[in-house]
Amino acid sequence: MFQGLAEKLQETFKKLKGKGKLTEADVNEAMREVRMALLEADVNFRVVKSFVAKVKERAVGQEVLESLSPGQHVVKIVHEEIIDLMGSVASKIQIASKPPTVILLVGLQGAGKTTHAAKLAVMLTKQGKRPLLAACDVYRPAAIKQLQVLGEQTKTPVFSVAERSPVEIAQASLAHANAQGLDVVILDTAGRLHINEELMDELRKIKAGVNPHEILLVVDAMTGQDAVNAAKAFHEQLGIDGVILTKLDGDTRGGAALSIKAVTQCPIKFAGVGEKLDALEAFHPDRIASRILGMGDVLTLIEKAQEAFDNKKAQEMERKLRKQEFTLDDFLEQMQQIKKMGSLSSILEMLPGVGKSLKDIKIDEKDTGYIEAIIRSMTPEERRKPAMIKDSRKKRISRGSGTSIQEVGRLLKQFEQFQKMMKQFAGSGGMGMLGKGKKGNKGKRPNLRFPFA
Amino acid sequence: MAGFFSQLKAGLTKTRQNFVQRVEELLTGRRKIDEELYEELEEVLIGADVGFKTSIELVNHLRQEVKARKISESDQLTGILTEKILEILGEEKPLFFSASGPSIFLVVGVNGVGKTTTIGKLAGRLKKDGKRIILAAGDTFRAAAIDQLEIWGERAGVEVIKQKEGADPAAVAYDAIHAAKSRNVDVVIMDTAGRLHNKVNLMEELRKVKRVIQREIPGAPHEVLLVLDATTGQNALQQAKMFKDVADVTGIILTKLDGTAKGGVVLGIQGEIKIPVKWIGIGEGVDDLRPFVPRDFAAALFDRPEEGIT
Ligand SMILES: Nc1nc2c(ncn2[C@@H]2O[C@H](COP(=O)(O)OP(=O)(O)OP(=O)(O)O)[C@@H](O)[C@H]2O)c(=O)[nH]1
Ligand SMILES: [Mg+2]
Repeated sequence: MFQGLAEKLQETFKKLKGKGKLTEADVNEAMREVRMALLEADVNFRVVKSFVAKVKERAVGQEVLESLSPGQHVVKIVHEEIIDLMGSVASKIQIASKPPTVILLVGLQGAGKTTHAAKLAVMLTKQGKRPLLAACDVYRPAAIKQLQVLGEQTKTPVFSVAERSPVEIAQASLAHANAQGLDVVILDTAGRLHINEELMDELRKIKAGVNPHEILLVVDAMTGQDAVNAAKAFHEQLGIDGVILTKLDGDTRGGAALSIKAVTQCPIKFAGVGEKLDALEAFHPDRIASRILGMGDVLTLIEKAQEAFDNKKAQEMERKLRKQEFTLDDFLEQMQQIKKMGSLSSILEMLPGVGKSLKDIKIDEKDTGYIEAIIRSMTPEERRKPAMIKDSRKKRISRGSGTSIQEVGRLLKQFEQFQKMMKQFAGSGGMGMLGKGKKGNKGKRPNLRFPFA
Repeated sequence: MAGFFSQLKAGLTKTRQNFVQRVEELLTGRRKIDEELYEELEEVLIGADVGFKTSIELVNHLRQEVKARKISESDQLTGILTEKILEILGEEKPLFFSASGPSIFLVVGVNGVGKTTTIGKLAGRLKKDGKRIILAAGDTFRAAAIDQLEIWGERAGVEVIKQKEGADPAAVAYDAIHAAKSRNVDVVIMDTAGRLHNKVNLMEELRKVKRVIQREIPGAPHEVLLVLDATTGQNALQQAKMFKDVADVTGIILTKLDGTAKGGVVLGIQGEIKIPVKWIGIGEGVDDLRPFVPRDFAAALFDRPEEGIT
């Protein structure tokens, strides 16, 4: 869903990552693009404004300029700030110590309250609870019938009474739950506009009448700039405890999620991801933040890189890569550095844009031993100029390293391809220390082995 | 829902007062035309969901005009912007009715935008104009969707053609068209299940419904109306593109304009794929459907309450 935004941000970040030194102008340019990306993703413009200001302030500060790779550091800041905005832990439904737990669903028309009442029931039933659905939408044609049908489909009891006000129905449903030994009551209410004072007052009365443990605002993930107005009004008038973000199975970039969190400070607890009644997921803000940026867990990666890499060496390596002076010696060195960071597959998973392409790459970690041995059996001159390694030299190296001639040949071939790939990266301008970027080698990724992958 | 409208009116008045405070101050308060003013205008547009790209284009256009016409007073700016917005929105386009035989209107859109409600309103409206209408309950998927349409049928005083829940919507279309032909009906309005535009199989189902209608009456459906929720952000553009691709959408109905959202995204839609807005929804009652008036819409874009987010 966030793909569009993610792609845009990745482009921006790729540019940044390629830079050795950042000027304030670089940061400004990057922030302009971040601003645009967020706005196109429907994040509220005021939220964007303060977000960008915050990131900018940090990005032009000392910590960035002194860091390993200033570009990556800015990426890290954007990531941290988004997580900060979204909150970092997944939240749960509060379960009352004395049943029944009362959950009140509220929101604008068409957000998906009725469907999500049923989805919550399914989720809670799976957790061993016995929920009751209460039909408090007495306005929308066939809303009660809709809840009844959903109740049948999910085998959840539904409480409704004709000719009663929503407040009375809500109260009566609690008594019903108690009598039937049901331990959660989910109240479905009519969709309403946040500026409709009469209907907002009705919600306040329901709240006063049943003392809900959770008031959840149901919000359509496709909502635009207005999300903040509605969320703010519902929160001010009712005090919501959390948000259910619906229709996330669409292709919306979902900026409303950021806006709502920013104005209400309430966590987004659940995400609706399909029309099926089990298509409800706990919302993981940290995961979503990474997804927004489309960069996997770059944060952890950067931290690991910072631990493992000797700063000076890393810069030297990057310079060499860019100038294509990178030799088999450097290669060996880089391999050892990377090995300090942990297993190769776990590193790859953290790399931006790799998620998708990972399945095309075969990594055999056993290979790394061979590679090391082969390179170590070469003379310094051979390591600098692998082109000079012809048949007789190959034979010697294979004997020295205890590998076959074919394996030596394969390594040389792979190194050649690697250098070609590097040339493309250097050409496209986007290349970090870890040499990851999917543009340069799109569609013709060779079956390279560690550490080429 | 007694008192709903008086409440609504009160709400709108409040909005208007804020508007007066804000935009009048911004544009007619004889402010100096400077970068800050342009920036604020850009924010007003973006805040109305006009979208980043279109907003920037509009403001850039404004800059050029200010230069070219040597404008120095800020009170002329709304005029220039409105002109441009009207140019983008184009002419008002009424519904197209078939010259002979029943006109078929197919109503489509993503979940919860207001399709069924709008059909109820439209039926009421057309009936008042003296047309004979039937409704087709083409949402055979969502729980109680058929019951919902039937209630609207009663409200508007028109008949509903239906099958059982789970039936093939194309079969419902077929039934409705035959009923219309044999009963000399003027307009068939067909409801469809809400579907997200990125769900390939559901979009294919829609294609099939359209094909069946076409087969039964060449040239039909005479209107394919895409219902858009005004609270939707830039994703509406995606919706419009995909539904146009699959179902040749001929017009947009923009609902929920009685809220605080502006539906500015239709500017981007008009700019890119040229689907005219034909009606707007301003409430949940049978009378809450209005023809789209570009000038009013343009004015309302600047009509913005203070949100006060810090
Ligand atoms: N305030 C307001 N509410 C509206 C308007 N149009 C529709 N609604 C409400 O929006 C909600 C959804 O409307 P429906 O007509 O059921 O929407 P739909 O597109 O048919 O929904 P699905 O069939 O479930 O996809 C209902 O509560 C309607 O009363 C409008 O113009 N203003
Ligand atoms: Mg419907």
